[in-house]
Amino acid sequence: MVTYIVRRLLTAALILLGASFLVYLLTAASGDPLEEYRAINAANKQQLMDARTELLQLDVPPPLRYFKWLGGAAQCLVPFAGTCDLGKNIVGQPVTDALGHALVQTLTLVTGATVLAILIGITLGIITALRQYSALDYGVTFMAFLFFSLPIFWVAVLLKEFGAIGFNNFLRNPEIPLATAIGIGLVLGAVIAVAVGGELKRRVLAGGVVFLFVAAILIYFSATEWFKTPGLGPVLIAIAGVGLAFAVTLLTAGLKNRKALQSSLIAVGVGVVLYFVVQPLLDQATFLMIVLLGVATVLVGLGIGYLVGGYDRGQSMRAAAITSFLVGFMVLLDRFMQAWPSYFNNSRVRGRPIATIGASTPNIEGDFWVLGLDTFTHLILPTLALILISLASYTRFTRASMLEIMNMDYIRTARAKGLTERTVVMRHAFRNALIPIATIVAFDIGGLIGGAVITESVFSVRGMGFLFLDGISHVDPNPVMGVFLCVAITAMVFNLIADLAYSALDPRVRVKA
Amino acid sequence: MSQPSQQDEIMAEEAALPQPPAAGIEPVLEAKGLSQGQIVRKRFLGHSGAIIGLVVFAFIFILAFTSVGYLGIPGWWKYNHEQVSPLVNDGAPTSSLWPLAWGEHPFGQDRIGRDLFAMTMRGAQQSITVMIVIGLIAGLIGVVVGAVSGYFRGWAEAILMRLTDVIIIIPALLLAAVMAQMAGRRDSGSWFSAFASTNGVLALGIFLGLISWVSLARLMRGEFLSLREREFVDAARISGASNARIIFKHILPNAVGVLIVNVTLTMSAAILTETALSFLGVGVKAPDTSLGLLISQNQQAFSTRPWLFWFPGLFIVLICLSINFIGDGLRDAFDPRQKKFNAKKAKDAERKPEPAPVTALDGPGDR
Repeated sequence: MVTYIVRRLLTAALILLGASFLVYLLTAASGDPLEEYRAINAANKQQLMDARTELLQLDVPPPLRYFKWLGGAAQCLVPFAGTCDLGKNIVGQPVTDALGHALVQTLTLVTGATVLAILIGITLGIITALRQYSALDYGVTFMAFLFFSLPIFWVAVLLKEFGAIGFNNFLRNPEIPLATAIGIGLVLGAVIAVAVGGELKRRVLAGGVVFLFVAAILIYFSATEWFKTPGLGPVLIAIAGVGLAFAVTLLTAGLKNRKALQSSLIAVGVGVVLYFVVQPLLDQATFLMIVLLGVATVLVGLGIGYLVGGYDRGQSMRAAAITSFLVGFMVLLDRFMQAWPSYFNNSRVRGRPIATIGASTPNIEGDFWVLGLDTFTHLILPTLALILISLASYTRFTRASMLEIMNMDYIRTARAKGLTERTVVMRHAFRNALIPIATIVAFDIGGLIGGAVITESVFSVRGMGFLFLDGISHVDPNPVMGVFLCVAITAMVFNLIADLAYSALDPRVRVKA
Repeated sequence: MSQPSQQDEIMAEEAALPQPPAAGIEPVLEAKGLSQGQIVRKRFLGHSGAIIGLVVFAFIFILAFTSVGYLGIPGWWKYNHEQVSPLVNDGAPTSSLWPLAWGEHPFGQDRIGRDLFAMTMRGAQQSITVMIVIGLIAGLIGVVVGAVSGYFRGWAEAILMRLTDVIIIIPALLLAAVMAQMAGRRDSGSWFSAFASTNGVLALGIFLGLISWVSLARLMRGEFLSLREREFVDAARISGASNARIIFKHILPNAVGVLIVNVTLTMSAAILTETALSFLGVGVKAPDTSLGLLISQNQQAFSTRPWLFWFPGLFIVLICLSINFIGDGLRDAFDPRQKKFNAKKAKDAERKPEPAPVTALDGPGDR
């Protein structure tokens, strides 16, 4: 195992050396960094050219410059020495600084999108696999192909137009006409009726309930101007929490496990009580505090599950922990919604909250909640675009993997010995279907940092892709090399992790030592 | 999960696969003594999604290449993509569905009066050209590299696979940018820049083809590695077949399914790559046009002239979608484990009166 890893790392280092040499030469050969000065007619033209030549060492031929750069980059391997030197970019800023800033921007952009895409994609894939050849399956398959064929810059411009400008116009006067409310309800009801499956009566019933529910909620929202002063409130949290408790118990333990259901419901009750307790605390929130509260919520859930116990204590603990985490999330959402009016009326925002470019409103001031909302409203469009694009492959892959597993002999055995369908799907099939998905996910995370160049350029986020494009257009090898190093190293490390994870998860696969 | 009884039925039906054909699953065609090619063709033609994709693609192909002309041959459309004509109806599209009319400028005009239909068709030509060139080059190099490294193993494999490793981590964007810069320097007088400045899109296609063969090569290597250990290869070797004969006559025909499917998928990805590169300004350059470039040029004008944005995007999506469906159909056709499922037959054959869990909607049936 160790020999395998060492050998892989050595090969990776060699490949990295070769590729970085090529990238450096290519960037250096791609143009003339002094071109903008050659064209101007300023008196100090020669001075400017000399200064830049000195800064970028243009008098040294590119292959030699590469080895100088390599010498600086090699110092990054010395841990904690702080002598990391990736050179300077064309305006004299150290690349390491620019890289750090860009990395933060890119990670905030892609992390949420990837996590959501993976979650939604895997869920959709499993549902479509369980209902192979249903109308839902065909619909999702078609959507997957469609999303797969969409150019992201096109989607991004559409989202900007309809998502941002349209929604902002709507928010100015948030009234939903009765006909629109009923129309949205009808569409959603029809979708649910198709998706539910089963007998006609069951479909019509489900569709009708959804139609009434959605239409009523929209009319209520319109009447109370909910979109101007949104909020959930303890009552809604309690109702939704009970629903979630049932759903989580159904998935993790089965409704027959009464103890698990009890512990989830107790977790919801505790959550609603704590809603009132934490409100003053949340007013002084910091990011660290939210994380700590999140951990505390899960611990409380685990504690409730432990105390309620039952014949399978682990299941109760799991159900209660997941439920309490979700309830805690709703409390957080409610607090963000409470901050919405003050964000909406902020002098920098001026009632147009959904932003189309950048990563934050310039010069905005406010507490944690307002700043958080600002980040969200800037992230929502690029995140949506990224999710739409990357959803398709996860759905298709999960579906294929799940279908293959569902045809395995051990699934038949599991059914034959009388296990419930929930146990068969969640315990036997789902976990095994996740093995190939785990490698794909590791692979994708490796490619994340460099994968959002176009999204970043459309939404003007100054992340890694921006740094890269900017470097290329200015014929400036150092930032390009910095981005390349980050992207290549993460890709290679995650490739290795993917291989190791595969052999760890699937005992039939062994790495050659 | 929400409906155990019905789920059970479907699962039970699928679990009982080794049995003779279950409801709706058509009997295996191999029994009739058809050749591999006939089976594949029959399966492909039975795949409605793929056939629709093929028809749509053929329609776009013919429309794009006959309307504005290609390689100097004039087309039947009255404008070309560079020609400026006076604005009709303030540039709005003149085509309408009811009554069905074509009009003077069916897709509208841009700000200075160029005909968007001509520009879109020209862009579609470019995209299709790039796609085909990439498919051909990537397929060829991928097969050769994959076959050599998978069949001969040893140092050839080591070198070629390290080469693919290096190429796979160099960003395509950088390579395209370098190429665009080199093509842009017409004054330097090298043969490359002369070629690239006259045949911009061809050069781009060749270039992208030269870097997008790597995943194909890896796949083909995997196929060759597993096929060369099979008995029929041993048999051929014992009876004295040369390496070339084994590769071309015995292994390659067995790997051709994987090859064709993945070339198709590479091609559909290639269209998106080309449009993305043109969008970023390093692909096709003005005065020539491409679908990505059209969107890039017109994205600011969305609120005033939305049609400039809709039609090129629509064509990208249509081309890419039809290629994806064709690829899906090919994958099903070449996959021997595939069972063609016919919803109507399943309904008829169902022993219980309860309706099958499938509506008669005929979409892309796939596995």
